[in-house]
Amino acid sequence: MRVTFNANGRPVEADDVWEGESLLFMLRERLGLPGSKNACEQGECGSCTVYLDGAPVCSCLVAAGQVQDREVRTVEGLADDESGLDPVQQAFIDAGAVQCGFCTPGLLVQTHDLLEREPQPSDSDIREALSGNLCRCTGYEKIMDAVRLASARKCSDASEVSQ
Amino acid sequence: MEFLRPATWDEALAAKAENPSALPISGGTDVMVELNFDRHRPGALLDLNRITELTTWESGTYEGQEGEVIRLGSAVPYARITKELSGPLQGLSIAGNTVGSPQIRNRGSVGGNLGGASPAGDAHPALLAAGKDVFVEAESVRGTRLIAIDDFYVGVKRNSLEPDELIRAIRIPVADGPQQFSKIGTRNAMVIAVCAFGFALHPKNGTVGTGIGSAAPTPRRAAEAEQFLADELASRGLWESGGLIGPAAVQRFGELVSAAASPIDDVRGSAAYRRHALAVMARRTLTWTWNEYTQSLRSAAA
Repeated sequence: MRVTFNANGRPVEADDVWEGESLLFMLRERLGLPGSKNACEQGECGSCTVYLDGAPVCSCLVAAGQVQDREVRTVEGLADDESGLDPVQQAFIDAGAVQCGFCTPGLLVQTHDLLEREPQPSDSDIREALSGNLCRCTGYEKIMDAVRLASARKCSDASEVSQ
Repeated sequence: MEFLRPATWDEALAAKAENPSALPISGGTDVMVELNFDRHRPGALLDLNRITELTTWESGTYEGQEGEVIRLGSAVPYARITKELSGPLQGLSIAGNTVGSPQIRNRGSVGGNLGGASPAGDAHPALLAAGKDVFVEAESVRGTRLIAIDDFYVGVKRNSLEPDELIRAIRIPVADGPQQFSKIGTRNAMVIAVCAFGFALHPKNGTVGTGIGSAAPTPRRAAEAEQFLADELASRGLWESGGLIGPAAVQRFGELVSAAASPIDDVRGSAAYRRHALAVMARRTLTWTWNEYTQSLRSAAA
């Protein structure tokens, strides 16, 4: 079947989609968007997290056909051509929160959502928000640092704007 | 495989009548796992995502149910239940907040738990505890059928839906007293319950509700424990006084809950551990809710 939807702000179309195929497979194998990673295929690891109509979901657990006419934003859609990397991405680099990098795309999307909803999360808010994203390099402390850094920058940017 | 995408509820019912073996998919958090691992290859998937009324809820009064009732659309995701209904559906909202991870809770719903009917589904203990007058609204082209929650679970991953029926909503009485949910797992997120327990106080009619998860072929009620505790609270005038229940009755309640289970040994835990943990969770949830109840009595009197 054919699936048409909006990916990262532009209309896309995938052909010959198998009816039982996941959104993750369609993104990676049919649309050239391999940023979302395929690890567990059962919603345990969060590596494939994308926004679906503004809510972060595991793209391995969404059937491709379910996104017809809807909006998907992947990790590739976080950076902006003009302003460059999203502050969350920059903070992950600056804090050294990227080791092998496999869990990073999911963590970026999930952190992006957290800071949109709660620009100044507590440590327990961060842990709760990232509880569905596994890092097997055991880099969680650096990841916590990265989220705190992104939050601090976001808040200082916001206060500069308001002044 | 066919992919059916009805735009309206009537179209969905017609599609299900025409393809009774079609597998409904909404959040996909269970269905897609089966597909990704090739454990199940249904002839057709019936996507319910376009049917917006399934993701809404309303409150009202309904025949056969006392007081105010929440009619919860079957596809309202757990994240929204916890955000929007933590007061009226306290037990379900606590249980829903233990489902999977934030990403899973943005998609998973009570309709999915009921459709899958796994004994480990987190919603079940809370639904059972919410009262015997919780009803699943099953609908088909033939009409609407209300299934009492106690009649809904019929076997391991089997429910009493007919092949042409879909779950439209769940009718749950608004909590009239404190409710709790407790679950055993290896960490706080992303766990399938080793075992779980839901508990609710119903001061209005002097009953209590229980629900056992992951410790029998189906989710089930601890009927004897409910009766024992209701008698104890009534005969000692505790609903009015808000006095201490006392260790002997709390202990007995835990034993009766544990005895109501029929757990097995499996990869997640042994039967003996499950029985032990159920007694502990029963005592704890009773204590938590009773403390909340007595505090509300005191602040009402003050």
